[in-house]
Amino acid sequence: MPKIIVEVMPKADLLDPQGKAVANALHRKGHASITNVRIGKRIELHVDTTPTAADLEQAAQIAESFLSNGVIEDVVNIHVED
Amino acid sequence: MKIGVVTFPGTLDDRDAARAVRIAGAEVVPLWHADANLLKVDAVVLPGGFSYGDYLRCGAIAAQAPVTQAIVNAAKGGLPVLGICNGFQVLVESHLLPGGLIRNEHQHFICRDQRLRVENVDTAWTNQYQLGEEITIPLKNAEGGYIASEETLKRLEGEGLIAFRYIDGNPNGSMNDIAGLRNERGNVVGLMPHPEHAVEAGFGPDGAAAMRSGLDGLKIFESVIKAVVNA
Repeated sequence: MPKIIVEVMPKADLLDPQGKAVANALHRKGHASITNVRIGKRIELHVDTTPTAADLEQAAQIAESFLSNGVIEDVVNIHVED
Repeated sequence: MKIGVVTFPGTLDDRDAARAVRIAGAEVVPLWHADANLLKVDAVVLPGGFSYGDYLRCGAIAAQAPVTQAIVNAAKGGLPVLGICNGFQVLVESHLLPGGLIRNEHQHFICRDQRLRVENVDTAWTNQYQLGEEITIPLKNAEGGYIASEETLKRLEGEGLIAFRYIDGNPNGSMNDIAGLRNERGNVVGLMPHPEHAVEAGFGPDGAAAMRSGLDGLKIFESVIKAVVNA
């Protein structure tokens, strides 16, 4: 069944406390080469049929208006997976 | 005088908000998230809690609820709306107020009595305070860090749209120490701290006179009664 994948990330210039906490834990475990961690979301929209251009446009609209908040997040990628 | 108090799945402070409304002298009308009927209320309180488990983003799913859509439309027509904590997050996600609320800078849930300065008294919810009045009400949240673009912050400061500011220390990294906002018309106010927990002696923050004597939140609810009566 095809899926529309929406990926959302916290804005680059904003503090990502979740990513920071994970980075701190990795540093404690000795992974000194990992300089930063940022954590976003992957949202799968499952659909019945292969998405058309119109479906993707609608998904983009949903992604911008509801799945992400433009003040704090960016939609970084929308793609289709089978 | 009827004031609606909304309950979403996961709302916590609806009963406390209802109690504050009653103590201030108005009748409480419970409003249910799935029902778009506002039952002819004169004002609405969106209380605190964790609506829809804070899924997606705090307040994001509640912003799409049928009752919220009705509230947004009514607010645009002038209905007084107060958002407390999660209710403030709902107002921001509904675009009734600008900006966003993110995880506290120090990453911890915070629960303490918080000092605030009332920065604007020309609203339906703050007209009983003195401009610049310093008050103490409880603050309890994990996602209370207010952020907005530089342009938005400039507008908020320039147009007097900041209703409350944190004083004696910024508890969560909020930009410009913003604790609460008002809209242009002054009918919509949102704040992270909880005025409904400071309305009755014996249950409020510690005051100078006695423990738990703080009543600084009551004027929020008295303000809206005044605003509706005078409207």
